[in-house]
Amino acid sequence: MEAKVEDRPAARVETPAVPKESGDAAPAALGELKMKAKDVNLWYGQKQALFDVNLEIFDQSVTALIGPSGCGKSTFLRCLNRMNDVIDICRVEGDIRLEGQDIYAPQVDPVQLRARVGMVFQKPNPFPKSIYENVAYAPRLHGLCANKTELDEVVETSLIKAGLWEEVKDRLDQPGTGLSGGQQQRLCIARAISVNPEVLLMDEPCSALDPIATATIETLIDELKENLCIAIVTHSMQQAARVSQRTAFFHLGKLVEVDETSTIFTNPTDQRTQDYVTGRFG
Amino acid sequence: MTDQTASLASFTSEAATKKLRKRHRAERRFQMYGIAAILFALAFLVFLFASIFSQGWTAFLQTSIKLPVDFSQEVINPSGNPDAEDEIFQANYVKLAREALYKQLGVDPNDRKARRAANELLSRGVDVQLRDMVLRDPSIIGTTEDVWLLASDNADALMKGSIDRETPSERRQVSDEQIAWIDQLVDAGNMKKRFNTGLFVNGASSNPETAGLGVALIGSFFMMLTVVLLAVPLGVCAALYLEEYAPKGKIADTIEVNINNLAAVPSIVFGLLGLAVFINFFGLPRSASLVGGLVLTLMTLPTIIITTRAAIRAVPPSIREAALGVGASKMQLIGHHVLPLSLPGILTGTIIGLVQALGETAPLLMIGMVAFVVDYPTTPLEPATGLPVQIYMWASSAERGFVERTAGATMVLLAFLIVMNSLAVYLRNRFERKW
Repeated sequence: MEAKVEDRPAARVETPAVPKESGDAAPAALGELKMKAKDVNLWYGQKQALFDVNLEIFDQSVTALIGPSGCGKSTFLRCLNRMNDVIDICRVEGDIRLEGQDIYAPQVDPVQLRARVGMVFQKPNPFPKSIYENVAYAPRLHGLCANKTELDEVVETSLIKAGLWEEVKDRLDQPGTGLSGGQQQRLCIARAISVNPEVLLMDEPCSALDPIATATIETLIDELKENLCIAIVTHSMQQAARVSQRTAFFHLGKLVEVDETSTIFTNPTDQRTQDYVTGRFG
Repeated sequence: MTDQTASLASFTSEAATKKLRKRHRAERRFQMYGIAAILFALAFLVFLFASIFSQGWTAFLQTSIKLPVDFSQEVINPSGNPDAEDEIFQANYVKLAREALYKQLGVDPNDRKARRAANELLSRGVDVQLRDMVLRDPSIIGTTEDVWLLASDNADALMKGSIDRETPSERRQVSDEQIAWIDQLVDAGNMKKRFNTGLFVNGASSNPETAGLGVALIGSFFMMLTVVLLAVPLGVCAALYLEEYAPKGKIADTIEVNINNLAAVPSIVFGLLGLAVFINFFGLPRSASLVGGLVLTLMTLPTIIITTRAAIRAVPPSIREAALGVGASKMQLIGHHVLPLSLPGILTGTIIGLVQALGETAPLLMIGMVAFVVDYPTTPLEPATGLPVQIYMWASSAERGFVERTAGATMVLLAFLIVMNSLAVYLRNRFERKW
């Protein structure tokens, strides 16, 4: 497991040398193609929840997944790091690739995959441990740090990146659950980025937060995307418009339309997208 | 608009007020039923405790007589050889005690009738008491020492008031002469009730004054040890597998139903199973506390599995997602988060299972733990009894002294149960984490 984790930075260093395949299709603001889902179908028992979803997610950018409740956007997001595996009755078909590698291939270990594709959940869910332990948990789990000094460094950097360091540096030993909701969510982000994931999935990260905490998180997302590929599920179209470069609109388990955010909100091709973004339903 | 005004008015109308009063009365009545039920249960509990305590507290006191015993060399060790253990072991210690008593009471040693009457004041267990003293410290041979010797069951009963002095002497088990002697000894401060350590250390005996819970306590301890060592790991592992790994489906459902059924199986059936499997098939010794422990383990397992599963299910799914989301494996998730968070529930369930096992009697009767065991068992393979079985045996004995001992032993058992239950509450509060 350790060897695999250590391979990663090397793989990432190589990437600039590879010519951008999608350079023509995607605007210059986007990084190279990171994840690609092809013909993804998903069933919960007998009920089909996703129908032939095809979506590309690009590095160094934010892809927003929007759509009315129950449209399958969260379900799709959870396919990207195989979090659906833990649901017994859930069955996924299709092809999802991370940097060209099929993540549902039998030789792929979902545990390692989740270290590369981190996740932040709807409700802030820090462990009932200290702030320090919350962030140090994943690096320790994957054996990323040789000693305490390195671990301290990782914890500090992660908290700085998550914009929480100044607020908690004097009370790292206090329980993470004692923080405010917005701080807890940033702690969860710090925890997710502590292992340097390549992709960060965010499942409605601001839906439980007040507007000020939401603004902080949105600024944070903007900063994080410089080095990360981010996919965010959101109910707020304003949020999608503010933070994302590309937006995908889901409806009834189908991906209706995906394009640059500005295009989706100003000049969508599909009538359903038009109706949704203008607030006619959803 | 008019409709609304009408409906608002109807809230203040005569009929509405009446209806409101009726509803309030109904609610008060409903509460009263609950309070009545609680009072009823409490009354029974108070009655139970009162009856046990009033009967049992005297068991913790035991009448003793202080006598200057002459450890005469010629009775104990006539050969003069200090290594003659058999001689010292078989010496006539009763004679020593009785002679000291005759001297103290001024009984004529030649009056056989008076001698016999005086003998009845002393317990038949005094020989063991004196012998143990000599074996412990042989240097007392040849000296005279004041020794507190156990009084007989009848003398004890008279001291405690359970034999009434007003009863006509022909129907009284203690004669007038004996009462006079007892009064004489009490007045001189040579006979009184002292704390009954024998109740906790002695083994089985047919004399109530020398019978104790020692063997039962050790047997119960060995059984609880077996249950803790076997039932807890087995139960927690089974619960973890069923809850975290087992594929949901027909098989899992069948297992779940069967575990729930197992928890409802009468305990005597487990005793029969233990008799058939552990004793007849595996050839383990009868009356051994190991077999008792194994049977109680089988009985406790379902309780532990069910409570542990409930505790595991109570771990919030968000914590599971968080751990899986940062790349924890299933085992790491369980070890780092699920177990620590469900620990209070598991501990509580375990202790409740243990309490249940500690008070269980029926299965032990089936595997022969209802036995007359005098010597302490040193290993779980030796014959022993358990606390509840000891209560059962004493309850079926006729002597007056066993009545109070039955209640006394019940108090000891209840004390253990209460302590263990309090421990469960304490541990639950101590380890409970808020999130």
